Amino acid sequence: MTEMHAVDTATARLDFLLLADMVAPGSKVLDIGCGDGTLLSLLRDRKGVDGRGIEISREGVNACLAKGLPVIQGDADTDLADYPDDAFDYVILSQTIQATRQPKIVLEHLLRIGRRAIVSFPNFGHWRVRLDLLVNGRMPVTDNMPYSWHDTPNIHFCTIRDFLTLCTEVGAQMERAAALDAGGKPVRMMLPWWAWNMLGEQAVFLLKRR
Amino acid sequence: MSYSPLPLEPRNQIDAPSSPVARFGPDAPLVMDAGIALAPWQIAYQTYGTLNADKSNAVLVCHALTGDQHVANVSPVTGKPGWWSTMVGPGRPVDTDRFFVICSNVIGGCSGSTGPASLDPATGRPHNLNFPVLTIRDMVRAQAALIDRLGIASLFCVLGGSMGGMQVLQWAATYPERVFSALPIATAARHSAQNIAFHEVGRQAIMADPDWRGGRYLDEGTRPSKGLGVARMGAHITYLSELALHRKFGRNYQDRSAPTFSFDADFQIESYLRYQGLSFVERFDANSYLYVTRAMDYFDLAADHGDHLARAFKGSPTRFCVISFTSDWLFPTSDSRAIVHALNAAAASVGFVEVESDKGHDAFLLEEPEMFAAARGFIDAAARARGLT
Repeated sequence: MTEMHAVDTATARLDFLLLADMVAPGSKVLDIGCGDGTLLSLLRDRKGVDGRGIEISREGVNACLAKGLPVIQGDADTDLADYPDDAFDYVILSQTIQATRQPKIVLEHLLRIGRRAIVSFPNFGHWRVRLDLLVNGRMPVTDNMPYSWHDTPNIHFCTIRDFLTLCTEVGAQMERAAALDAGGKPVRMMLPWWAWNMLGEQAVFLLKRR
Repeated sequence: MSYSPLPLEPRNQIDAPSSPVARFGPDAPLVMDAGIALAPWQIAYQTYGTLNADKSNAVLVCHALTGDQHVANVSPVTGKPGWWSTMVGPGRPVDTDRFFVICSNVIGGCSGSTGPASLDPATGRPHNLNFPVLTIRDMVRAQAALIDRLGIASLFCVLGGSMGGMQVLQWAATYPERVFSALPIATAARHSAQNIAFHEVGRQAIMADPDWRGGRYLDEGTRPSKGLGVARMGAHITYLSELALHRKFGRNYQDRSAPTFSFDADFQIESYLRYQGLSFVERFDANSYLYVTRAMDYFDLAADHGDHLARAFKGSPTRFCVISFTSDWLFPTSDSRAIVHALNAAAASVGFVEVESDKGHDAFLLEEPEMFAAARGFIDAAARARGLT
């Protein structure tokens, strides 16, 4: 392969760098909801990953094709059933689980298709979300969650604690976890879960079948 | 002996086309799926652009049912621009300033490659129905022989829509090491029952024309224009969509303001279809239509691999990009998804995009910016991966 796409570390999203850090070099990765392929490019160029993607928007797919990324137009809710077991080393669901109709089934597919799953999502338990609801009594609109309640694609928001419960239900074992603040910087590690659930604006989990 | 199968120009194109021709003698017969070794045989082709020093920039364009090799030049028969000059040409997604583009007429066709209307040198008469029934794989074998003749070991890209897309899939399955990238558009890995049904109606229309003369119309100086025209009219409907037909024609009357209470072409859509039928018979051979539709009917790539399409692509090194159109009901998106599914199961590299269009199956031949964007992105990225500038 002679393809090279320079990734500017300064502008690469911090949460993507954190995700990339969880992926072993040279592994086979499926990125579900891969958008314009930024994370896949980063994984390919930095980690020598054999990456594939699924993206629901035509614009996203075209952007990926132009980057030389094998991405298919599809829907996490309907298309994951077609993939065989253990087809990938990692299946990534970045900032997408809250937009799926059936998060539990999607998560089960992730753990079936991939030997490991990496899931990141906006944390609805963050203190600003709680404060917004408490003080204003309205659904919060933040930089991380910019939509109004009636036109949001994010139909299944959850908190870090909710997600931990779901992981238990589907038999997922957590290998690594990180909470990120608004800027995508990891929250200091030595905190109890309730503190993460307050301070993390986003969360990233590396999961494995139990 | 009087020949009036076709007007002079298309008739000339059958045996002595205004294109380069690769001729193969008895030492290099075309071994066909029907169990026949065809010899001699010839394949007519056009090329555009320049082959680079290491012969790594060759692109093969495969044409659809009634297409020809004149993908990007004015047709010598109709005087119209090449059938895919929006996709292939200088600065186009298939950029002839960068790539060496080859397009050949399919075996069984009537634009200079050996087909039923070609003269059989053994008899001095046209092959007619003595021509062996052929398959998509036979077409691809013939193309491979041409590529060998041109001294090209591996193609940078093979692309095509509809029946052209079938050839692309067949190329990737039969010669995986010779196909660096593949772009099948608006196609399927097997021809559906509905599509076979439409083809059969077309063939029956031709064979019901008394001027078809049991397939010997060339010998008898007749021409099954009515039958071929009806076949084309029926097929043409399947290339469009209900929405596009309504948008273009609605229930508008043709040069009149009220129905005539006759079977004249009262409606614009009737007049349009009649015109499509009439102009088609001026450029296409009826027996070729029988053979080439039959080849599509027989196409079932999975059947050749134990009914598992994924096996056709097992270990494939080819990069694929599959494109379909929302309003294409002849080769619907579900057909493309079946290909993508199989390629995924085979762990092949595949991209897929469904283009939003109301133009039906014909969309792949038309001005569809989303298709061009996807094709350009895929081809450019593949060119970088191949080290082409």
